[in-house]
Amino acid sequence: MEFIKPGTNINFIGQRKTAFFLSLFLIIASILTLIAHKGPKYGVDFAGGTQFIVEYESAISTGDVRQKLIDSGLKSPVIQKFGEEGQNQFQIRLLDSEHLDNSFIKNLSNVISVSNNKANILSVDMVGPQVSNELRSKALLAIFYSLLFITIYISGRFEMKWGESGVIAGSLMGAVYLLSLLNISIPYLILFALTASLIIFWYRDLRFAMGAICALIHDVLITVGLFSILNIEFNLPIIAAILTIIGYSLNDTIIVFDRIRENLKTEKEHLSLGELINKSINETLSRTILTSGTTLLVLIALFVLGGSIIHDFSLAMITGIIIGTYSSIFIASPFLLAWKSK
Amino acid sequence: MRPIPWKAIIVISAIIISAVLVVPTFYPDIWPHKQINLGLDLQGGMHLIMQVDTDKAVENRTERLVSSVREEFKEKRIRYKSVVKSGISKFDVTIDSKDDFNAFSEILKKQFPELSFQKGNSENKFVVSMKEEEVKNIKKLSVDQALETIRGRIDEFGVSEPDIRRQGDNRILIQLPGIDDPERAKNLIGKTAQLEFKLVDEKADIDNLPMTSEIAYQISDTENKKTPFVLKKSTTLTGEYLTDAKVNFDTQFNDPYVSIEFNSKGARIFDQLTAENIQKRLAIVLDGKVYSAPVIQDRISGGKAQITGSFTVEEARDLAIVLRAGALPAPVKIIEERTVGPTLGADSIKKGLISMAVGGSLVIIFMAIYYSGAGLIANFALIINILLIGAGLAAFQATLTLPGIAGMILTIGMAVDANVLIFERIREELRLGVSTYAAISNGFERAALTILDANVTTLIAAIVLFQFGTGPVKGFAVTLTLGILSSLFTALFVSRVIFDYIYSGKGTKKLSI
Repeated sequence: MEFIKPGTNINFIGQRKTAFFLSLFLIIASILTLIAHKGPKYGVDFAGGTQFIVEYESAISTGDVRQKLIDSGLKSPVIQKFGEEGQNQFQIRLLDSEHLDNSFIKNLSNVISVSNNKANILSVDMVGPQVSNELRSKALLAIFYSLLFITIYISGRFEMKWGESGVIAGSLMGAVYLLSLLNISIPYLILFALTASLIIFWYRDLRFAMGAICALIHDVLITVGLFSILNIEFNLPIIAAILTIIGYSLNDTIIVFDRIRENLKTEKEHLSLGELINKSINETLSRTILTSGTTLLVLIALFVLGGSIIHDFSLAMITGIIIGTYSSIFIASPFLLAWKSK
Repeated sequence: MRPIPWKAIIVISAIIISAVLVVPTFYPDIWPHKQINLGLDLQGGMHLIMQVDTDKAVENRTERLVSSVREEFKEKRIRYKSVVKSGISKFDVTIDSKDDFNAFSEILKKQFPELSFQKGNSENKFVVSMKEEEVKNIKKLSVDQALETIRGRIDEFGVSEPDIRRQGDNRILIQLPGIDDPERAKNLIGKTAQLEFKLVDEKADIDNLPMTSEIAYQISDTENKKTPFVLKKSTTLTGEYLTDAKVNFDTQFNDPYVSIEFNSKGARIFDQLTAENIQKRLAIVLDGKVYSAPVIQDRISGGKAQITGSFTVEEARDLAIVLRAGALPAPVKIIEERTVGPTLGADSIKKGLISMAVGGSLVIIFMAIYYSGAGLIANFALIINILLIGAGLAAFQATLTLPGIAGMILTIGMAVDANVLIFERIREELRLGVSTYAAISNGFERAALTILDANVTTLIAAIVLFQFGTGPVKGFAVTLTLGILSSLFTALFVSRVIFDYIYSGKGTKKLSI
């Protein structure tokens, strides 16, 4: 059985302008949504506060639960239906941590229980402000470091510039470390480091690394933007998903790059760079679609059957893998062409 | 050429070893080996990070130093205007006359080597501060001691396989799997348990409190009803002299109370205290709250006392535990808590396994249809892959979490990637018209490098994630890493062995791919 017949030659490179505009549009949309929502919507891991999952023995409306909580003296509890239909589960989130030291949690189940309808606490997540700040910085640093290490690997493997990329990465890490001692906030720090690395890659002509990192920033930005639109909270598992998407998207990109490198050796004379890149994308297309397909298959199974706790995580992975596949075909490889005009 | 048997031997032994490692997780009694650890999110339990208020420990020490310095001055007959605490680790000393300066400096040097002093901003005033290394030492000791105390309390409380360890400078990580009353455990762990015996100051006027007295409230107080006690600040008898604490029941009403026993020094102090203050009230204060304030009827020798209050049996038992384990050297605060009830955990496992089974089956069916014969080989490799991940988790005693299960599911989807790459190459080779065996051989060789390259990046992401992640996320990083490694092994080695075995016979079989 074959989906993509041999000799298929779809003109991806010819579509690159359309793709660039589409991506540009998506990225701008992501940034605008993020600005409109005042940054990503942080969950309890990154914003701090307390979150409970409670289950009632029989049906009750969200409004009734909210009223119960407000009656107990809480100002602005956030209550969402949780779990599947008929499970009577709710997620309650309190932003303030003032109730944590006293017996509030102990009494929560009594506070929100209605006569004949007892509420049981299924889980509690409490994150203090100090911890949430640390987790936020750590998450950003983790994304940054994985991007950095991956670029070293790519320039090393594809352009045999291990030393150079190592030195660049080393100095960037050093700079980030030194600046972090000056208490510069981590988001700005990382923005600075990413811009710096892009400029360096451009001047040092590390085109594979540049193509890969642009595709990755593209994937991460659009995924984050999409989350902002869908109103999904950022928690630790979502960061895990983003890092996996980075790894996965690159996996795709590298396979195309590998083919380009291989074709560069044999067919440089017959084909223009554009045609060569296009041929390589087509030759690997079957694999790209199959692997993304099987991965999506299992993720959809996880999304549908895995339960509410893993819902957002699987959704993040699904969107990330679709975007990652798109970017390795339409963004990363055509990027190599950008040098021709340089 | 038949395959060299040792390759097949490696594959078969890998399968056998993995099976040996994995089976005890499902049938614990079959042979002795550790099971796969389940994370707190799957088996239920409580994860806490406590922060020790190390500054408070330093402050307590400073307070004790202030009173020791005062005593020393009295003994050496140095007249002083004041010795008062002026910061966390420093205090001001003002002596009456210059003549005493030498004696003062001598005392500090000889008796208090941990202190240093500077001239203050007025005459005969000195700022005495604790040396930097002493402050550090107190902080470190307070965390160590808090850790030991908490460990002692949890051991007595009875939790199977608790994990208690230091994290960073002043934090303690506590993991209590399978706990059914998290609130009670939290109370037990977080109580400072500073026990003090203080005399009630009967004469003092509550609105015009003398410097030497303070107000404390009764433990049973509610928002609306408060019973203030005026207590003398100074205390000679504290929980540090305790040797034992037990729950007993009052013979009349069968109410539980905690009986405590002092060591010989404590017994002596208690004896003296009661002898000097007959008919006065002595308050038993725990963490600043008055439990009871009985009138001293008689001198009590023998070093035994009782703490009564309207306890439930459970409360009395917990109080006895914390008293036996000793006080925390400084207050602790919970800065992160994650509790998962056992039902939610069981539900997560069930749903995780169902999605793994369904997702896996879909992939297996798809591969069999798309690549027919070769697809079956890939499917075989996939099943071994899952077995290997399980074996890896058991062998390294890694923890399986809900995101970890997601990582396994993801691996199932991604693991076929390596096989797809190989099969697509083999198909390409076959289209070029090379023989079956050559196509297989070239396909594997050419795809191998690409497969390695592609997996290294995901591996990098997984390792970074492991470095930064906590708990569940770490579990995800672990399964992802194991998944990548085992899929490399199964695709490049196991499938190869099977291909070689089937297609390297003398005749040229047609390749089913």
